[in-house]
Amino acid sequence: MFVPGDAAARSVGAEAVALAFAASGMEVVRTGSRGMLWLEPLVEVEGADGRVGFRNVRAADVAGLVASGFGGGHALSVGRVEDLPWLARQSRLTFARVGVADPLSLAAYRAQGGLAGLEAARGLAPDAIVAAVTSSGLRGRGGAGFPTGVKWRTVAGAVADQKYVVCNADEGDSGTFADRMLIEGDPFVLIEGMVIAGLAVGASQGFIYLRSEYPQAERVLRAALEIARAEGVLAAGFDIELRMGAGSYICGEETALLESLEGRRGVVRAKPPLPALQGLFGKPTVVNNVLSLAAVPWILAHGAEAYAALGTGRSRGTLVVQLAGNVKRGGLFELPFGVSLREVIEDIGGGTRSGRPVRAVQVGGPLGAYLPVSRLDTALDYEALAAVGGMLGHGGIVVFDDTVDMAKQARFAFEFCAKESCGKCTPCRIGAVRGVEVVDRIIAGKAGEIAVLEDLAALMTDASLCAMGGLTPLPVMSALKHFPEDFRRALAA
Amino acid sequence: MLLAGLGGGQDKVLPMLQALQARYGYVHAEAVGLVAAAVNVSRAEVHGVMTFYHDFRTELPAARVIRLCRAEACQAVGCEALVDEAARLGVVVDGPAAGSVSVETVYCLGNCALGPAALVGEELVGLLDLDGLRALVAGA
Repeated sequence: MFVPGDAAARSVGAEAVALAFAASGMEVVRTGSRGMLWLEPLVEVEGADGRVGFRNVRAADVAGLVASGFGGGHALSVGRVEDLPWLARQSRLTFARVGVADPLSLAAYRAQGGLAGLEAARGLAPDAIVAAVTSSGLRGRGGAGFPTGVKWRTVAGAVADQKYVVCNADEGDSGTFADRMLIEGDPFVLIEGMVIAGLAVGASQGFIYLRSEYPQAERVLRAALEIARAEGVLAAGFDIELRMGAGSYICGEETALLESLEGRRGVVRAKPPLPALQGLFGKPTVVNNVLSLAAVPWILAHGAEAYAALGTGRSRGTLVVQLAGNVKRGGLFELPFGVSLREVIEDIGGGTRSGRPVRAVQVGGPLGAYLPVSRLDTALDYEALAAVGGMLGHGGIVVFDDTVDMAKQARFAFEFCAKESCGKCTPCRIGAVRGVEVVDRIIAGKAGEIAVLEDLAALMTDASLCAMGGLTPLPVMSALKHFPEDFRRALAA
Repeated sequence: MLLAGLGGGQDKVLPMLQALQARYGYVHAEAVGLVAAAVNVSRAEVHGVMTFYHDFRTELPAARVIRLCRAEACQAVGCEALVDEAARLGVVVDGPAAGSVSVETVYCLGNCALGPAALVGEELVGLLDLDGLRALVAGA
């Protein structure tokens, strides 16, 4: 039987459940999570016609489940897990193996198609690997959406005695947890993707920068790296070192991350020079998000065309949606680009957890726009979201019900920026503090301050060095645009 | 010993500070000089790193630290009520450690679909409600 060892499943009692099953003599395999987090702990039992699931199992349910022989008639049974509509409608490429087997079994990884991408890559010239990634249409999943193949080509073309592959696993955006779930549920796919990147660009050393808020991911990844070394996946010619972050949000910005890896304050660097040409220790460096690197093995194994066949417009392949906040059925769903926000929130998510109406949705993390219900028909792809003044970011969607105070959310966006700004550029360092003050004055009833806010937002957008200061106006101004009544409450009163 | 095992480049500053904090619970003021000497940079440089990152402490923390998420996804499910409750219970929130338990607010623990979330030691807690918080504070 299978019990998730994923941190989210543990957070609602999976550990006690696994121990209770083991104590009753069952053979328990700890897996990643299937991503249907509202069902966790979701326990699965291998039967004659596939794996049958039992939802929200508590340790107290274990004796009864064992006694019942795990029959489909049990009150907690959800039937065949593969048939659950939320799983059946997905196109799980990157997350295909997550939740299925022991994440630290290299044999299981291989049996489920793992390392096929690396084998294919080993048979190709470096520029053919880069060409495959380019023609797959893969774009950076960290948030910026830059074509991964173009980045790789730049690094491959650079002449240097040393190059690096850096994986950005500093997943700091609220509402996102896909990097964590992938690392905890299928760490070898990330390692394989990094080895392929190393082959493609001629790098011999990789680094994974993982945030310190993810202790379970750290445990799994350390163990996976050791196994990969012992089993020759990481061999002479390419090794990976795991480095932990230290609680700084800005270190998810690629140049701040490089500074942090070099042992300094995570202060953003001006670009150019691009990290692809002068990155870590001044050497050409690929910096990619976890999900970008983890998509590569599938692309090499199945072909760029197969990947590009999914999606819409210039957003090819799959999007890993993370549905969070006040939502009835929250979790992780890998879908082709192009599904609408409404489908995700209403069909998959089932509306709010509180049962109240949805009022606002923040897409793309703390720097993403707040959208009203009237924009829920927007498709989830890079361009469609940009067209309504938002951004897709890392694919996180946070749902709020009608009790939310949008002026407060706007204030928080500035407050967060003030706390987490690296301090290098003035628009962000000073602008965020001024922003909190201006919003406070607006909330206190000074409507004339709205012009000041607009001016400040334009300045931060245009003059900040990186996305932190440049995008903080996005949640603020979208809140003001779509929910002006929350800012004028004091005036009306 | 702890530092020597990590090598001597400047890039080892964070791993060294992390190793010290893992061992002692905080980074003692005198250790700043030791790290600086080990990697051959100024004390000011190491002090700068120490003060930039939220994780590093300069004093021994409370015996039990509850890291409570206060980011958007947890806001949407009422994390602010938990922060208020912690203060009401007399627990130090984001202040100097005093007593056996303290609350540190953080932004995002990656449990955004099962919020409100907290991290106690290395264990993530999900769907935290007022009773759950009281139990955590009481050490249950």
